[in-house]
Amino acid sequence: MTETEEPLHRRLGLADDEFERIRETLGRDPRPAELAMYGAMWSEHCSYKSSKIHLKTLPTEGTAVLVGPGQDAGAVDVGDGMAAVFKMESHSHPSAIEPYQGAATGVGGIVRDIVSMGARPVALLDPLMFGPLTEPRNRWLLEGVVAGIGGYGNCIGVPTVGGEIRFAEPHSANPTVDVMCVGLARAEELVTATSLTPHVGSLMVLYGATTGRDGIGGVSVLASATLDETSEESRPSVQIGDPFAEKLLIEASLELISLGLLEGLQDLGGAGITCAVSESAARAGMGAAIDLDAVRLREEGMEAFEILTSESQERMLAIVHPSKLDEVGGVCERWGLQIAVIAELVEGGGLTVTHGSQIVAEVPATSLVDEGPEYDRPREAPVEVAGVADDPTFLPFEGDLLDSLRAVLGAPNVASKRWVWQQYDSLVQGQTIAGAGSDAAVVRLPGTMKALALSTDGKGRFGALDPRLGAMHAVAEAARNVAVTGARPLAITNCLNFGNPERPVVMWQFAESIRGMRDACLALDTPVTGGNVSFYNESGDSAIWPTPVIGMVGILDDHRLRVPTAFPAAGLSVFLLGETFPELGGSEFAEVVLGVVAGRPPSLDLDKERALHTMLIEAAAQDLLASAHDCSDGGIAIALVEAAIGGAHGFAVTIGSDLPAHVALFSESASRVVVGVAPERERALVELAGALGVPAARLGETGGPRVVFDGMFETTVAELREIHDTAIPRLLGEAV
Amino acid sequence: MSEMTISTPRVGVITFPGSLDDGDALRAIEIMGGEGVALWHADHDLRGVDAVVLPGGFSYGDYLRCGAIAGHAPILDEVRAFADRGGPVLGICNGFQILCEAGLLPGALIRNASLRFICRDVFLRVESSQTPVTGELVPGEVIEIPIKHGEGQYVATSEQLRAIEDEGLVVFRYADRTGEVGEGSNPNGSLDAIAGVRNEAGNVVGLMPHPEHAVDPDVGPTGGQPLFAALLASALAGARA
Repeated sequence: MTETEEPLHRRLGLADDEFERIRETLGRDPRPAELAMYGAMWSEHCSYKSSKIHLKTLPTEGTAVLVGPGQDAGAVDVGDGMAAVFKMESHSHPSAIEPYQGAATGVGGIVRDIVSMGARPVALLDPLMFGPLTEPRNRWLLEGVVAGIGGYGNCIGVPTVGGEIRFAEPHSANPTVDVMCVGLARAEELVTATSLTPHVGSLMVLYGATTGRDGIGGVSVLASATLDETSEESRPSVQIGDPFAEKLLIEASLELISLGLLEGLQDLGGAGITCAVSESAARAGMGAAIDLDAVRLREEGMEAFEILTSESQERMLAIVHPSKLDEVGGVCERWGLQIAVIAELVEGGGLTVTHGSQIVAEVPATSLVDEGPEYDRPREAPVEVAGVADDPTFLPFEGDLLDSLRAVLGAPNVASKRWVWQQYDSLVQGQTIAGAGSDAAVVRLPGTMKALALSTDGKGRFGALDPRLGAMHAVAEAARNVAVTGARPLAITNCLNFGNPERPVVMWQFAESIRGMRDACLALDTPVTGGNVSFYNESGDSAIWPTPVIGMVGILDDHRLRVPTAFPAAGLSVFLLGETFPELGGSEFAEVVLGVVAGRPPSLDLDKERALHTMLIEAAAQDLLASAHDCSDGGIAIALVEAAIGGAHGFAVTIGSDLPAHVALFSESASRVVVGVAPERERALVELAGALGVPAARLGETGGPRVVFDGMFETTVAELREIHDTAIPRLLGEAV
Repeated sequence: MSEMTISTPRVGVITFPGSLDDGDALRAIEIMGGEGVALWHADHDLRGVDAVVLPGGFSYGDYLRCGAIAGHAPILDEVRAFADRGGPVLGICNGFQILCEAGLLPGALIRNASLRFICRDVFLRVESSQTPVTGELVPGEVIEIPIKHGEGQYVATSEQLRAIEDEGLVVFRYADRTGEVGEGSNPNGSLDAIAGVRNEAGNVVGLMPHPEHAVDPDVGPTGGQPLFAALLASALAGARA
C-alpha cells in the first residue's frame, strides 16, 4: 500500500467512527478479513443504519400477519392452513450499470428470499422507473432491464404477473428497478428463526453454485454510495445470474424442507457467506467455526476477504444435523447440485474463520448482525418545495379536450405497457387469472377457490411535491387496486427508493414518507411485513423523487367472484364511486398537457378510502359489479377509456359537474373507482353505496364502437386503442 | 392386468432439470380425465405409460442450443423406442425443440424474428387430423392457445420444407381468428407460419404453443382441450391394442 492511499476501512465503505467502534468491540486492530466483514454487514444496504430509527415506527402487527419484519420475508395467513410469503427489493444500482444482469440477479435474489422461508415462489411483480424514452440511454436501460427480468424470470418457472413502469426525468441517471416475489407455504412449515432449532455441532452446508470473484463489494461499494462518472468501473461489482442453477436450487431447497432434513435455511445475497453465516449463528444464539478452504471456488487464489464477501449468485446455506448430511447430499445430487460443509455451529457467540490453516477472523456474530451503527441523521424540510405554490388547477385552459385526452392516453406513464409484459412468462404454474394490465394481478391458490390479489404502486410525482401525501397515496392506491378485484387487502411490503440519506433534505423526505405510510397502513389495516430501503439514488445534484413503492397482498375468497378491470359487455350502467374535486396538482394532465409538475397533490381522506374498499369488497361478494377500475393517472377520463379499450366496448357518459371540463375529466382526486353494473343490479349497488356512505353517481352506459363524453367530444374506441397500444413501441423506434 | 385399470389412460410427463411446465402438463392431463405420471430424465423407464409428453421449459438451462442436451438424456432412448413402436409422443415448446434435436421430428427452432421472448395468446389453424392430438379436429379449424417462447421460429432446409409440406407433416400454422395465414399473425417468423409438425408415421407431434395452458377456462383460452382429449383417446386406444 502506498502512503497516499486511503486507509482500508474507508475503501470498504466504513466511516472513521465506525472503524473505532470495531476496534472497541474486538479490543484490538481488526484484521483485513474482519474489516471486509464489517464493511459489508455495516453497509447501509445490510444494516439499515440510517433508516432503522424511522422504520421502527411502522405498524407491523395485525390479525393476518404470521411473520413480520426482520426475517427474509414477511408472511400472512390466507386461510386453509396456507401462508402467503412476500417481499420486495431493489436492484437499481447494478441495473444502472449493467441493466440485463442487474435486473436478472435482482429477480434471483428476491426469489431465494422467498425460498429460504420454505415457500414456493408463485408470482413476481416488477415496478420499474426510467427517464424519458426520448433519450437513447433510457431506451437502452429499459430494453436491458426488461430483457434481464424476462431472461431470468422466464427460466425459473415463476410467472411475472404485474408491476408498473413509470417515466420521469429524475430517473435518467438513476433508474429504479424493484422486484417483488410472492410465495406459498403451509403455515406450519414456514422456516423462521423460531420454527427450527439448530444444535451445537450442526453443520452449515453451502449448496448451489460455486463462489467466484463476482459481486465483491456489491452492498458496500455499489448499493451504499451514489453513482458517479466512475461508476462504469464498478461493473465487476455486478453479479452474473444463472437462472438454470436457480431453478435447481428452488426445487432442491423445497424438497429438503418438505423432507424435514433442515435445522435452518438462509439464502446468500448481499454480503455473501459473511451475512448468511453470521445471521444463522446469531439467530441460533451460537457461534460458528468456518473453514474457507471447504468453499468450492470458481477460480484459484481467492483471498479470504473475497470468499467471505463474494456475492456469487444461486447459493444457499442450510443448517443440517450431522445425521442428516448424507440425505441432504443425496437430494442435492439428484438436482445436480454440489454441497460443501463450510462451518459447524459452536457454543458461545464467536465466529472463527480459518483459511489455509490460518485464523483470518475472530468476531462476535451479533456484532456483525445486530450491533451495527444506527444513525438519526439530520433532517431538514426545504423552505419551499419547488412548484407546490403554482397549482395548475385554476389556470385558465383553452386547449382542446379530445386532443388532451389523446395526449394523456399516449403519454408513456399511461400508455399500454404490453411491449414490456409480453416479454414475461405470466402463465407458468397455471394459476394466473389476471396478469399485467389488470389493476391487480389475481393468482389462484392451487386446489382452492381462493386467489391472491397483488399490486405494486409508487407515486413519485406526488411524493416530489409532498412526500408524506405521496406515501399515503401509494398505500391507498395499492389497496384500492386490490379492492377493485373484490379482494380484501391484507398487508404490505415495500421498497423505499430515495436519494442520499446524508443530505438532510433527503432524510426529511424519508421521514415524511414513513409518517405517511404509517398513517395509511394504520387506517387501512394493512400492516408492514418487511421491505427494503434503497438510498443513494442520486448523481451529482439530481436525486430521484422520494418514491416508496408499496407491494400489497390481498385475498379473494372465491375467484369466480373476481371483478375484471374492463367493461365486459354492452348495456351496462356506468357509475363513478367517490367524488371528484378540483385537484390537478401533480397530475398526469398537468405534466403532459400543461408541462408542469406542480401544485399540491390531491387530498386523501383515509376514512373515505376505507369505506370505498369495504363497499367494493361487499359489492363483489354480492356479485353486483361487472367491472371496476381505479381512477388514478389521467383521472376519470383515462379510467373510462381504459375500461373501454380493454373490453372493446364503447360508452356514452355525461360528466355532470360544476368544475371546468378539463378539471372534471383529468383531476386525480383519490378514492374513486369507475364501475360497470348490470341494470338489474343498479338499485342494490346504489343502496349499498348509500349504506356505507360512498357517493355513487350514474354517468351513462356501455355499448357500441364509440366513446362519447356528452356535451364535450366523441371519438371511437379503435382510435383510442391505436394511441394506447402504439405509444411505447413508437418511442422505442419500432414499426407499429 | 385387470379390466378396471385400463379405463384411465396413463400419460407420462418427463421432467428434465430446467423443465418448467411439467406440473402444468400433468394438471392438464388430470383435468381432461387422464392419469398423469411424472417421469425423470435420468431414468431408463417410462413406467408403462400409454403416451409421453415432453413439457416446456429450459432443459439443462438451454445454454447450448435449445433442447440439445436433453436430446441425449437417458430417458430419450426409451422415448425413441416408444415412438418406434408407434406410441403417441407430444413435445410442447422446449419439448418440441428436444424432439427436433433428437431427430424424431424434422426442422429446428431458432430465436424469434423479433429477438425477444413473446408471451401471448395466438390462433392456430389445424392442418392435419392424422395425429394423436388432432383426431378430434378437422383441417381448417381454428383454436386459440398461448405461446411463450424466445426461440420458436421454425426453420428447415428448402428440401426438408418441401418434403414437410408435400407429405402433409405440418399440423398447425399460426393464423388470425378466421384462419387466414399471413405475416401479421405469425408471431415469430416461422417458415410457412409453421407452429407444429409431426413425423411421417404421425405418432410424434411437436408444437411451440402451449395447449396445457389452454384447458382451464379460469386462467385462459380453452383451445388446448381438444388436443388433450385426443391424446387421451389415442393413449387409451394404444393401451387396449
